[in-house]
Amino acid sequence: MTAHGKSWVLHGGVLALLFALFFVLPTYHSGQLSRIMVLAIYAMGFNILFGYTGLLSLGHAMFFAAGMYGFGLTVNLAGFPMPVAFLFAILVAAALALVAGGLALRTAGVSFMIVTLMFAQAAYLVVLYFGEYTRGDEGFVVAREGRMIAGIDLSTDAGRYFCAWVLFGVCFLALAKLIKLPFGKRLIAIRENEERARMLGYDTSRYKLMAFVTSGAVSGMAGATYGLLFGYVGASFAAVPYSIFPLLWVLLGGAGTTIGPLIGVFFMFYLIDISSGYTNAYMLIAGLVLVLLTLFAPQGLAGSLRQKVMPWLP
Amino acid sequence: MTVKKANTSSINRRTALLGMGASAGALASAGVLPGTMGFAQAQSSAPIKIGFQKHATGIGAAYGRWYGATTDAAVKRINDMGGINGRPVEIVTEDDGTDPGRGAEVLEKFANQHGCDIAFGTLFSHVVIGSAPRAAELKLPYFVVSEGHHVASGMLNRYTLQPGITDVKSQVISMAPFVAQNLGKKVTMIYPDFAFGHDHRDFFSEAIEAQGGEVVAKIAIPPTETSFTRYFPSIPRETEVIYHVMVGPAVLTFVKEMGEFFGPNRPELFGFIDSLEAVDIQSSGLEFLEGTYFWEGMPRHAQADQSAYDKTYRAAVGVDDRGASLADGADVSTFAHMFGCWETLNIIKKGMESAGYQGPHDRAKLIEAVEAMTDMPESEDHPQGAKRFNGKTHQTFGKQFISQVTDGKLVCVHTASIEDGLYEDEVDYTTQSF
Amino acid sequence: MEFGPHLMLAALEGAVISAILVLTAMGLSIVFGVMRVVNVAHGEFFMLGAVLTWFVATTIGGHPALGFVAALLIAPVLVGCLAAFADRLILKRINYDPDRTIVATIGMLYIIQQTTLMTFGPEARPVPPPFNTRLSLPWFEWGEEGFALFWPWGLSITTYKLFVIAAAATVLVGLWVLLTKTKIGLIMRATQQDSETAQAFGVPVGRVYSWVFGLGAGLAALGAVLVVPIQQAHYLMGGDPLLLAFIVVIIGGLGSLPGTVIAALLIGMSDGIISVFFSPTLAKIIATLLVAMVLVFRPQGLLGKKPS
Repeated sequence: MTAHGKSWVLHGGVLALLFALFFVLPTYHSGQLSRIMVLAIYAMGFNILFGYTGLLSLGHAMFFAAGMYGFGLTVNLAGFPMPVAFLFAILVAAALALVAGGLALRTAGVSFMIVTLMFAQAAYLVVLYFGEYTRGDEGFVVAREGRMIAGIDLSTDAGRYFCAWVLFGVCFLALAKLIKLPFGKRLIAIRENEERARMLGYDTSRYKLMAFVTSGAVSGMAGATYGLLFGYVGASFAAVPYSIFPLLWVLLGGAGTTIGPLIGVFFMFYLIDISSGYTNAYMLIAGLVLVLLTLFAPQGLAGSLRQKVMPWLP
Repeated sequence: MTVKKANTSSINRRTALLGMGASAGALASAGVLPGTMGFAQAQSSAPIKIGFQKHATGIGAAYGRWYGATTDAAVKRINDMGGINGRPVEIVTEDDGTDPGRGAEVLEKFANQHGCDIAFGTLFSHVVIGSAPRAAELKLPYFVVSEGHHVASGMLNRYTLQPGITDVKSQVISMAPFVAQNLGKKVTMIYPDFAFGHDHRDFFSEAIEAQGGEVVAKIAIPPTETSFTRYFPSIPRETEVIYHVMVGPAVLTFVKEMGEFFGPNRPELFGFIDSLEAVDIQSSGLEFLEGTYFWEGMPRHAQADQSAYDKTYRAAVGVDDRGASLADGADVSTFAHMFGCWETLNIIKKGMESAGYQGPHDRAKLIEAVEAMTDMPESEDHPQGAKRFNGKTHQTFGKQFISQVTDGKLVCVHTASIEDGLYEDEVDYTTQSF
Repeated sequence: MEFGPHLMLAALEGAVISAILVLTAMGLSIVFGVMRVVNVAHGEFFMLGAVLTWFVATTIGGHPALGFVAALLIAPVLVGCLAAFADRLILKRINYDPDRTIVATIGMLYIIQQTTLMTFGPEARPVPPPFNTRLSLPWFEWGEEGFALFWPWGLSITTYKLFVIAAAATVLVGLWVLLTKTKIGLIMRATQQDSETAQAFGVPVGRVYSWVFGLGAGLAALGAVLVVPIQQAHYLMGGDPLLLAFIVVIIGGLGSLPGTVIAALLIGMSDGIISVFFSPTLAKIIATLLVAMVLVFRPQGLLGKKPS
């Protein structure tokens, strides 16, 4: 089979497996899997910028939060119907990414990291500053009407799971397609050697900005989905840890792979969940595992797979 | 007992079967008792599982540790007295990391993995609000000990109740008369710039105006701030009283810097003890607090007229007359809040008994039974004082205390009655379906 | 408070904040400057310094100055050794790969935080300052009788805060001497500019990295010893210093010690002074965005060299 064929078999297989798992897994695990899929969307959004374009942002929580608040506030305060609020949320995140990216991309490397970090910090404070609407750190519960679509209640186990599955699937396949398109290939070229990409005549600034906005929009969609499916919007999702998590997930799973983000989120979630069943000191275990992973799986889990057994992994 | 423990540890080693040894005898005798338990224990003697959502790590960890100690003590007492409906109580502890995202996951774990009957014990408001929608979806009764106004405000749902601790709105309202009459009418408020602080700001401003006073300045401090002096100049000169409430690890810095700012001539100070929970009032740098006033949910230092209930409660939890650990006098508890765990568990017990609770299918009955509760007298079950529960708003109301620091001791100078803290209902949860 | 005294107080507090920023940032400045790795656990070394100070101070007892001096000697060395050990054990083995270093140091952060939580506990614990006298400061006005001094309400500073400013200046000078006037500094600078060439000239780059990592962590711990009498030891206290230190180092310009100082002053002062004019949270938003704009329009930092 060609690499291309194998890739589609893999992606289709993963989605089919996820679909089937709902009917096999105990409620607890299928519930958590729906959360993992949502966070994997966030990690995939981050991966577009970090894994494929080579730009390390430390401020992606602002896009996740922009989507989350863009959705939650319009549902609760403006009474937008669910689909409208959802699209609006993605637009808000994309617009924020356009502005933040336009400014931050004047810098590179560590300066880029710091500028995005500080923008996200300011965004977090903005959420607190407008506490009258956002209820600050406490956050708010998304109105029930905002969690229905076409009569389907998305707060039920099945509704939640398959909504997460559909959105995850769309992003997963779109990303797999994206990196085969000229656009995706150019992003990878920028990651590998921006200077050369520029010399070949590509307007690298424009491509980087496009990658930034796409990444922000996908992250925002993840945030909106989280609010939609779990019914809560709060400032902790705009804080620093939520900028660091996607980096950790992507690095763990394998940067610049389509499957890596899902593996990273899945791994990190169950690492905490299972170790916390055995000991109070689960952070200690998580820390040790992270250190060991860097020692023994240097490219992340999927990255190491690609290196050793599946060189065709996209 | 050891056999039981080994059994559960295969599922979850952190699961603690508390007081099983002591309760075994009581259980056996309860089985002989006719009537009261009747059908229930014939049905099952498996433990009633209470999921304890604990702030074991994260910003709330200092509270979480003491909430844990109080919960353990309360469950041991309940089991010593024969458990609930003849069944022992088992606490299943999960750490929520003081994070709303993880909080919701933990509730799912309780309901779907551990098979808990109910969930209990959350303090931080954002974790409560993040978890509550899941509690309703999982149809898991969720008893919070948070003092937030989120329950009574109508923001949450029928499955979320706060029967063991008064909410912040009631606390604040009941303080205003004392402040206006004894300390001064021109108040400057200093509070953290997030929802908890905004609740203080809004409720107190309104309450002090009703007393003929006014708030002359409102100083909101951004969270994560670690130095405060530069904000104090915004305190107007005309200020007669400073009302302060801060939370988080930097509270001690805040209070110390306030002392350094004012030096010898300060206005009256009225603070919420949240600013100094788990901190020894005699810590270096806090000397200037002598003579200032604090709200306390329950007096940390045993008072001259200490009740027998207070004495029993302290002994059971393992704290001394200064509210510090019996094992280590420097280890000060979160005394003004943690009684809520003790009282909530006793209310859960009463609710389960009057509902004839047998298992998860009786969860709605349990909630209805608790909603039907009203007055609860001061007793060993309620060592903080009498309570009045409002079944419609799912919120309890109790006495509040104002203490003055006198010779390094918090001496209660005023007790606000339950009536002082009542306000109009903002919601009727009983109209919502299960 | 009147405008003048308020501004003066804000400036004084800004100076204290700047001094604290300098103390937390200089360790990171060296590690980042020489090794070019993002050490996410740097803030935890700061926290360890504070926690160790508490342990030392409570063990020794007696006058606070005794414990303070002992902690000044013990904490930085212990933390430095621990960091150097971690470097040999982990970072060296992953070849200081930028991505893997991030994950490894996040792992280290978890380990250090959890260990501290289990031994030290979740409380914020105060450490008494060795000395602390409140100094009231005068202000002047042109009144009816001409020039007059008066003591406004609250315009004051403490001797310990003044000491922190002085200590930050002293440590900076010491560091500058170490980097520019000694052989150690020469080796470090050589490694920073071109580690391969340095290796070729016989510089033991591997060992230099361990030393630098240890020195950076030791400096963070030293900063913590000096800061902890103002703040408190708490197991989560490493987060904010990490972010601020990062910001200061990058805004200042990588590897530029004077740049780090200017950036610390800029951030500390802007935070203090903007809060005179706006409500606190709004002031923080404005200050954060303004400082970020410095980088947007000067990506190499204030005193950084343009990449060629």
